[in-house]
Amino acid sequence: MALRSSFGTKWKRSFAGWRLIGGPFLFGFLLLLAPLFLMIALSLWTQDYLDLDRTPTLNNYRDIFSHPVYVMLIKRSVSISLFVTMVTVLLAFPMAYYISFYGGKYKAIWLFLITIPFWTSYLLRIFLWKIILGYNGVVNSSLLSLNLIEEPLSFILYNANAVVIALAHAWAPFAILPIFVSLERIDRSMLEAAKDLGDSAIRSFFRVTLPLAMPGIISAALIVFIPTIGDYVTPKLVGGKDGLMIANMIQVQFSKANNAPLGAALAITSLMTVLLISLGFLFFNRRYLRKQTQ
Amino acid sequence: MASKNMMNEQMHEQMVELSNIRKSFGKLEVVKGIDLNIAKGEFFSLLGPSGCGKTTLLRMIAGLEVPDDGVVVINQQSMNGVDANKRPTNMVFQSYAIFPHLNVGENVAYGLIKQRLPKAELRERVDAMLKMVDLDGYYDRPSYALSGGQRQRVALARALILEPKVLLLDEPLSALDKKLREQMQDELRRIQRTLGITFILVTHDQEEALIMSDRIAVMFDGNIAQLGTPQEIYDKPVSRRVASFIGVMNFLEGKCISKNKTSIVVDVESLGQISFPRDIIPEDTSLDQLCVGFRPEMFTILYNKKDKAENEFSSIVKNVDYYGDMSYYTLSLPNSDKDIMVSMRNTSGRYVYDLGETIRVGWRSSSLLVLN
Amino acid sequence: MKKPSVFLFTFVVIYLVFLYAPIMLLPLFAFNDSSIIAFPLSGFTMDWFIGLMSEKTLHRALKNSLIIAVTAAVISTCFGILTARAMARHDFIGKRPSFGLIMAPLFLPEIIIGVALLIVLIQLGVSLNIWTVILGHILICTPFSVSILYSAFNNMDRSIEEASLDLGETRFGTFRRVIFPLVKPGVIASILICFTISLDEFVIAFFLTGVEPTLPVYIWAQLRFPSKLPSIMALGFILLLISLILLAVFEYYRRKSEKLIGKS
Repeated sequence: MALRSSFGTKWKRSFAGWRLIGGPFLFGFLLLLAPLFLMIALSLWTQDYLDLDRTPTLNNYRDIFSHPVYVMLIKRSVSISLFVTMVTVLLAFPMAYYISFYGGKYKAIWLFLITIPFWTSYLLRIFLWKIILGYNGVVNSSLLSLNLIEEPLSFILYNANAVVIALAHAWAPFAILPIFVSLERIDRSMLEAAKDLGDSAIRSFFRVTLPLAMPGIISAALIVFIPTIGDYVTPKLVGGKDGLMIANMIQVQFSKANNAPLGAALAITSLMTVLLISLGFLFFNRRYLRKQTQ
Repeated sequence: MASKNMMNEQMHEQMVELSNIRKSFGKLEVVKGIDLNIAKGEFFSLLGPSGCGKTTLLRMIAGLEVPDDGVVVINQQSMNGVDANKRPTNMVFQSYAIFPHLNVGENVAYGLIKQRLPKAELRERVDAMLKMVDLDGYYDRPSYALSGGQRQRVALARALILEPKVLLLDEPLSALDKKLREQMQDELRRIQRTLGITFILVTHDQEEALIMSDRIAVMFDGNIAQLGTPQEIYDKPVSRRVASFIGVMNFLEGKCISKNKTSIVVDVESLGQISFPRDIIPEDTSLDQLCVGFRPEMFTILYNKKDKAENEFSSIVKNVDYYGDMSYYTLSLPNSDKDIMVSMRNTSGRYVYDLGETIRVGWRSSSLLVLN
Repeated sequence: MKKPSVFLFTFVVIYLVFLYAPIMLLPLFAFNDSSIIAFPLSGFTMDWFIGLMSEKTLHRALKNSLIIAVTAAVISTCFGILTARAMARHDFIGKRPSFGLIMAPLFLPEIIIGVALLIVLIQLGVSLNIWTVILGHILICTPFSVSILYSAFNNMDRSIEEASLDLGETRFGTFRRVIFPLVKPGVIASILICFTISLDEFVIAFFLTGVEPTLPVYIWAQLRFPSKLPSIMALGFILLLISLILLAVFEYYRRKSEKLIGKS
C-alpha cells in the first residue's frame, strides 16, 4: 500500500488520520466537550434540596448577578488575576531578558535553575508562603530581629496581597519561558543596526526589543491569566476571608451548599469571563501590533 | 533498420515498461499519460525542471505512489497491486534517508536482515559493498558523523546490496558541492557499468544527465518532450523549450519564404536566406514563424586573414566569459541589436579577445537547427 | 559579551532569592527539631522522616497516587503518540478542531475541567474512585504528551519510512525497527512528565477522588493540623528530591530524542 494514498476525495483520505486520532478525540469529546455542554445544561436547571428540577431557567444566572457576593467574588477573581498577571509578567521580563542577553553558554543551566523550585508540590509551595508571610513567619521574624519593625506585619497574609505574592511566585517560570523564547528569536544584528543608526540603548529597547518580544509577553500573560482566575488552592490557603476567589465558591456549591446547578452557573460565568477578557486582550494587541508595524 | 529478430530481442530486453501512466494530486495533473520503455542495463535519466513530474514518475516505478491510470511493468511483470517492499527496485532518496539510530554497517545491512544470513556472511557482504562505494572500514561509523557525500554512498550501498533489478535515484547529487558531484557522477557511472544494473536517475541538472546517461527523457509539465541519447537531445532538440533547457542556445527568428518537396528556404534574422532540407524540420512546426537556433560552439571565430568559412560576418565583442578552457564571446548580430554567444576552446596559443575588439565569425548553414 | 547593568544584576539576584525562598524552607524545617514551623530553628533531627515510615494513610495515599500516575502516564502517552502521528503525517477533515479539542485542557482552568467531569459522573451515577481521577488526569496530561511527541514525529524525515519499505520491510516492521526506536526517547520523556504532573495534581483529584485519596489530597488534609506540619515538610523535601531526579532523567531523554531526530 503506497504511503500517500491515491484516493480521490479528501473524505477517503481522512480515514488514515482518523484511525489514529479517533481514540484521543473520542476521549476528549466524551470527557471534556460533552461534560462542558452538560455543565451548561446543568446551570439552567435548579436544585431543590435533594431533587433536581430539570426545567430550563435562567434563575441561577439571575441569582449570580443579583446577589452581590457572587459578583464581588468574580470581580475580585478577575482583578486579582489581572494584577497577578501584570506583576508576574513584569517581574519575569527582566529575568528572561537577563538570561537571553547575558546568559551566554549557560542559558540552559539558567532555565533549569528557574524551574527547579517548581518541582515541589504546588500545595506545599503555597503552604510555604503561608509560613513565610505568617505572623510568626520568616518575613516577620527576620524584620523583627533586624529591628526594622516593632510588631509583626499582619497585612501580608490572609488577604488578597498574599494571594498575589504566592501566585506571582507560582507562575514565574511559565511567564519567563515564553518571553525568553521570544527574546531569543530577536536577531541580534537588528539591535546592532539600531545602535549603528544612532539609537541609544533605551530607545532601541523600546523600538526594537520590546515590540519583537510582544508575542512572548502575550503568551506569558495568557498562560498566567487563564488558570489564575480558576485557582482554588492559593486563595484557600493564604487568602483568608478577603482573598477568597470564585473557585472556592464553586467548590462550596458542589459540597456543603449542595447546589450543583448554581456551581455550574458560576463555573460557566467564570469561563465566559476568562474567554471574553482573553479575546479582548488578543484583539487589543492585534490592533496595537498592527499599528506598530505601520 | 532493426531486423525483426533484433526487435524481438529488444522487446525482451526491456526492464521497465510504462504504459499510459497518469497521476493527479487533487486537481493538479502531475503526470499526463506517459509511455516509456527502459532497457535492461541502461543508465536512464528523467530530466526536467522542478514540478515536471519526474520524481512522481520515479516514485510510481518504486511503488511509493500508485498511478491513477496505466500500468507499470518491471522485468516483464505487472506491478499492479504490488507494494513497494515487494518490487525488484530500490531507491536512493534525495535526502538519503539514512537511519539515524543505526551505524553505517547496520544501515547497509538493513534490507538483508530478512534473509537471515549467518552473521559472518552478512558482515562480509556489507564490507564488500562498502568497499565498492569507497567506504572501506566504515562499518562502525555512527550515522551522525557522516558528511553529505558519505551519506550518499551509504544510501547507495544500502540499495545496491539487495541486488535490485532497477536502481532508482532521486536527485542524489543535488546536495553535494561541485567537485564532489563530479566525482560521484564518475563513480555512479562506473558502478553501473560494473554491475550492469538498470539505473533510472531523476535530475534537473542537464549537465549531469548528459554526462551519465545512455538515454534521457526530457520532461515538461507531466509529459515527455523528447526521448533520446544525450547526443540526439543536444544536437537535435525537437523544440525551443528542450533546446533552451539543455546547454546554451542562441535563438533567431525566421520566416519561410518558399518551399518545395525536399527543402524550404527561410529568411533568418540577420543571417540571410538559408535553405534547409525538409526532413530536419520537426513535426507540427508552424512554417510562418520559425525558430532557428544554434549552439555557441557551432559558429567559429576566424583568427587569421586566410581563415575562411562558408559564411562570415564581423562584429564587436560586447562581453567575454572566460572559463579557463573555453571562452564565451557575446557579440551582436550584423544589422541587429540582438546578441548571440559564440564559444571557442582556448587551445594553446589561441588568442583570447578583449572587450571592444572586432572579430570575424564564421558559420555554415548546417550549424543551424530549426525548432518548434 | 557586555556586562549587565548593576540594576539588572541586582534584580536577578533578588528575583532568584524570591524564587527559591519557599523551597529553601523545606530542608530547613524538615530537619528542624521542633513541632512548630517558625524561626528560630531548634536543632537537627531525622525524626520527622522516620515518622513518615509509619504513617499508614500516607502509604495508602502514595500507593493510590502511584497507580494513578503510572496509568495516566501510559494512557496519555498512547494518546499522545496517536495524536502526534496523526497531526504530523496525515491530512484529514476536522484536523484542526480535533487537535484543538485534545489540546484544550491546557487552556482551561483545572477547576472547570474537574467540575465538568464531576457533573457527568454524578449524572451517570458513577461513584468516585481511582479511575475517575485517572480519567481527569489523562485529560490534562495528553496535551503535554502531544507537544513532546509532535516535534519528534514532525522532524523525522519522511523518507526514512519510505526507505524502510523500499528496502523490503513491512509496515509493522518499519514501525518496530525505525519509527519506534526514534521516538522512544520522546515516549520516555512523555511518560515521565505525565507521571510527574499526575503525581502532583491537586484540584482535579480533589474533586474526583472518592474515599481513596491521592498524595496531594492527603497533604491537603494534613495541612489543617499544626502538629503534622513538620512531617509534611519532610515529605515535601523527599518529593522535591524525587521530582528533581525525574526531571533530570526527563531532560536526558528529551535531549536524546532531539539529537536522534534532529540529526536525520
